[in-house]
Amino acid sequence: MSSRVFGEPIKRLEDPRLLTGDAVFVDDVERPGMLHVAFLRSPYAHGRLHAIDLTDARSRDGVIAAFAADDLGAYWQHGPLLVPPPPIADAVFYPRTQVPLARGKVRHAGEPLAVVVATSRYIAEDALDDIVYDLEPLDVAIELEAALDADAPRIHEDLDSNLAADVRQQKGDYAAARAAADVILERRFTYDHGAAAAIENRGVVADWDRRAERLTVWDTTQAPIPIRNGLAGLLGLSESQVRVVAPFIGGGFGPKIMMFYPEEMVVPWLAMRLGKPVKWIEDREENFFATTHERSQIHQAEIALDREGRILGVRDDFLHDTGAYNPYGLTVPINSQCTLLGPYRVPAYDSRFRAVFTNATIVTPYRGAGRQHGVFVMERLLDLAARELNLDPVEIRRRNVLEPDEFPHHHEIIYQDFSELVYDSGNHRPAIEKACAMIDWERERDGAGIQGEEPAGTVDKRRGVGLVCYVEGTGIGPYEGARVTVESSGSVSVSTGIGTQGQGHFTAFAQVVAEQLGVAVERVRVVTGDTRAFHWGTGTFASRGAVVAGNACHAAALAVRAKILRHASEALEVDEADLELVGGEARVVGAPQRRIALGDLAQRANPLRGAVAPGTEPGLEATSYFGPSRGATASGVHAMEVEVDPSTAMVEILRYIVVHDCGTVINPMILDGQIKGGVAQGIGNAFYEQLIYDSEGQLQNASLMDYLLPTAAEVPPIETAHLVTPSPLNPLGTKGAGEAGAIPTGALFAQAVENALREDLPDLEILEIPLSPNRLWELMCAARGEQA
Amino acid sequence: MKPAPFRYFAPETLDEALSLLAEHGDEAKPLAGGQSLVPAMNFRLAQPAVLVDLNRIAALSFIRPDDAGGVVVGAMTRQRAVEHSELVAARAPLVTETVPYIAHAQIRNRGTFGGSLAHADPASELPAVALALDAQFTLACRSGQRVVPAEAFYTDLFETACGHEELLVDVRLPTAAAGSGFAFEELARRHGDYALVGVAVAVQRGADGTLIDARMAYLSVGPGPVLATRASASLLGTRGETEALRVAASLAAHEDIVDPPSDIHATAAYRRHLIEVLTVRALTRACSRAQEGA
Repeated sequence: MSSRVFGEPIKRLEDPRLLTGDAVFVDDVERPGMLHVAFLRSPYAHGRLHAIDLTDARSRDGVIAAFAADDLGAYWQHGPLLVPPPPIADAVFYPRTQVPLARGKVRHAGEPLAVVVATSRYIAEDALDDIVYDLEPLDVAIELEAALDADAPRIHEDLDSNLAADVRQQKGDYAAARAAADVILERRFTYDHGAAAAIENRGVVADWDRRAERLTVWDTTQAPIPIRNGLAGLLGLSESQVRVVAPFIGGGFGPKIMMFYPEEMVVPWLAMRLGKPVKWIEDREENFFATTHERSQIHQAEIALDREGRILGVRDDFLHDTGAYNPYGLTVPINSQCTLLGPYRVPAYDSRFRAVFTNATIVTPYRGAGRQHGVFVMERLLDLAARELNLDPVEIRRRNVLEPDEFPHHHEIIYQDFSELVYDSGNHRPAIEKACAMIDWERERDGAGIQGEEPAGTVDKRRGVGLVCYVEGTGIGPYEGARVTVESSGSVSVSTGIGTQGQGHFTAFAQVVAEQLGVAVERVRVVTGDTRAFHWGTGTFASRGAVVAGNACHAAALAVRAKILRHASEALEVDEADLELVGGEARVVGAPQRRIALGDLAQRANPLRGAVAPGTEPGLEATSYFGPSRGATASGVHAMEVEVDPSTAMVEILRYIVVHDCGTVINPMILDGQIKGGVAQGIGNAFYEQLIYDSEGQLQNASLMDYLLPTAAEVPPIETAHLVTPSPLNPLGTKGAGEAGAIPTGALFAQAVENALREDLPDLEILEIPLSPNRLWELMCAARGEQA
Repeated sequence: MKPAPFRYFAPETLDEALSLLAEHGDEAKPLAGGQSLVPAMNFRLAQPAVLVDLNRIAALSFIRPDDAGGVVVGAMTRQRAVEHSELVAARAPLVTETVPYIAHAQIRNRGTFGGSLAHADPASELPAVALALDAQFTLACRSGQRVVPAEAFYTDLFETACGHEELLVDVRLPTAAAGSGFAFEELARRHGDYALVGVAVAVQRGADGTLIDARMAYLSVGPGPVLATRASASLLGTRGETEALRVAASLAAHEDIVDPPSDIHATAAYRRHLIEVLTVRALTRACSRAQEGA
């Protein structure tokens, strides 16, 4: 093909619309006579709701209606268990899912108690103050370990305790590995991940067309098709009566795959009940309480090694905060459990986790989805082992990474996609060497540190470097689909069911299709996230868009290509093998004057008169599906150079390096953007962001003034390099990249800061993330034997 | 996150504004740049019944020299204008050094000099600078004007000497005398955040090179800006040697600042530690500049 588009750094086709403000987001949707919604939310983290009186609210000027749980009648029901537990022997799991409006009890601050519909959001919020309710505060279970105590306040009173799940997975014989070990290290690690804090909060607009008997819902969801199917079931409608549109969305990162959020259930019901279009847009304060978080785990972990630093086994026992409800099943802790193993040879593994209900916002995946927690534990154990064995941290990793001839590598435990954790492919050692070269590891590791004599009055700073590895199971099933159509104009339309939250799907999928059809990428128009355009699929999550939907687009494009060649062969009276598709035409190889435009072929394939052969499908169109047997294994190495002010414990990241392998690359510029955005969120996780609850279960920093997202000023330039080890599990050879940047940053930050302070505090051990300067200062004081 | 209902007035003269304040008393709130008040209203933490928008009163926006060699800044002057003023840079260099620490350029384009001073947020930079410089605040009401020194202006958490019927109309910054030196230091989590601790320092050397004046004012360590009087006094007569600075820093952290707050961003212990570190850094620079100036 003369002009390749696949694999090229093509500028994103959607950006002109986004940059000029022409892209439609949910809050841009306006309907005639539209009403606005505000939710009354629980001020308490745990309470018994005795009564609620909406009389005054209903009588305020401009208020159309107000409802509490009992007003929903039969529509009031628990949300679905979105992800049932995978088939793990002896796994204990107690599903307890959220409700649309609280009835009898509230289990986290911000849980909705009632809803007000008014002619404006202002009036709706004014009316919230009119609602009189009797909510008796109860003692809370908020701290992870204390919540498991026998006498802890019970969040779900029908259960014996706050235990939500207890899962153990084993590989090999850890006891034997431990008995044979030269070095055994055990530590307690805490890792806390935060709020996704997408730039666009959630929102739902619903419009019931009574005469057409059709419901249209605009929703900031990552999963429009499951939302449509679920809503149809809840509302007693046919799926064909419900259209869900996920338009442009300002970031998903996982929390927008959750379903059903209470607001997502209530707003469409309001539209039908009132016969009016209804809009609810989440504000930033609500987002902190009502949109799911990820939060913390506490690991008690042990590693056993021989004296050469080879891993013999790992044992881990951890607690996972699942929040007040657990509709997302076990996905996050299983990701932690599986991803802990990293790119390493671990002959014996014994891992148990217990998920714990707490009086806090529901926990579901947020970019990384528990992988950070596992990676942190493993990478820190290796760093501690390297220190114990007087090995370079890179060297201990070299000795343990899997070599190319060890794939596929079976880990003998079950992954989040319900199949065995098997690494399909990998090439880790060259990635490590590449990252070492980029950061100049040998020189920086020993040569950085104290920066010589400083003039009096200036600040003495310390420099340090770090390097860590990780793998990411990506691109999991079950399946996605795509429909590719060549229109009579010669333009190509592509529809797929997944939603788009900034990933560049409009460009990447166009590149996949354009490559096969020989058309300019600008002539391919991609539609995502509209159930009227395509209604089979699951959604955008788990770094799977490019892998699963990308391969579905590829398969549909191949099928259309075959149709084009057949019609062109007939039209030009040549053998299909003598044709090529170039510049929007089918041409005879070696005789390019013999040609026919794809648009003309599309018209031939869809005649207005005459006869077609029996069994013929009209048009140049195909719908194809792709479902991988299991996830594709992406991997990478990150390195960082930091500068620490030992007097203030402030840390500045000077350099950040990512060597990444996600198999075949569709668009390297989009990939770079994905990686860098992930790193920015990883830096936030490592040093800035933490959801801080007090002992009453109140979130202390529910605003962007106090919840510290990194800004452009805090994120250093990020240097990236890519290795390509194609996945054998899909035709394109792609692996997911969406979460890669965010996964190992916490582990890397800890290692680099320790390295920077090695002369001052050789015994400093950083066993927790996030690490505020205040907390780092306390650890530094403790390492000096001082009281902080 | 929508504000509660309120009545809105946008007077074009100071007299009209003062009449409105007199009429509505403590139900009214003046609106300057809105960088603190508007978010507080959207959170419904502030629910003023009446908003008196000062943005159309052109007469409150100016920077001009005063006869004593200082500079007078009108209360509605945007922080960005102060930041770029050559007059302020020449006569009150501590202000010029400090203003870039206030949030971000976009916020300083809107935020006003007087609004920040009158809001009296203990974490904001300008009140500490005003204390360090011994600035004079002009308050106006319908019956006249009075001048209040910075030390008397700040009374408690978000509380000032400015009455409900009064407006801060301008602030007089005294000139930088010969032999004086200034410095500002703060530690914030991110660029533009409220500081965990900050300190504004003004020192002056006499003819023999010893310090004859020192004023150190802190932010984010108490209910308002805090002047460290014992630490300042300990410096007089010294030449600002390293040991003298350490003594002053320790006095500031342990005697002048009685009860630094503990919150989600910093514990009291960490704040005390930072007070010492930042005090030494700020004094070192200020003393070195004072040498240059002498």
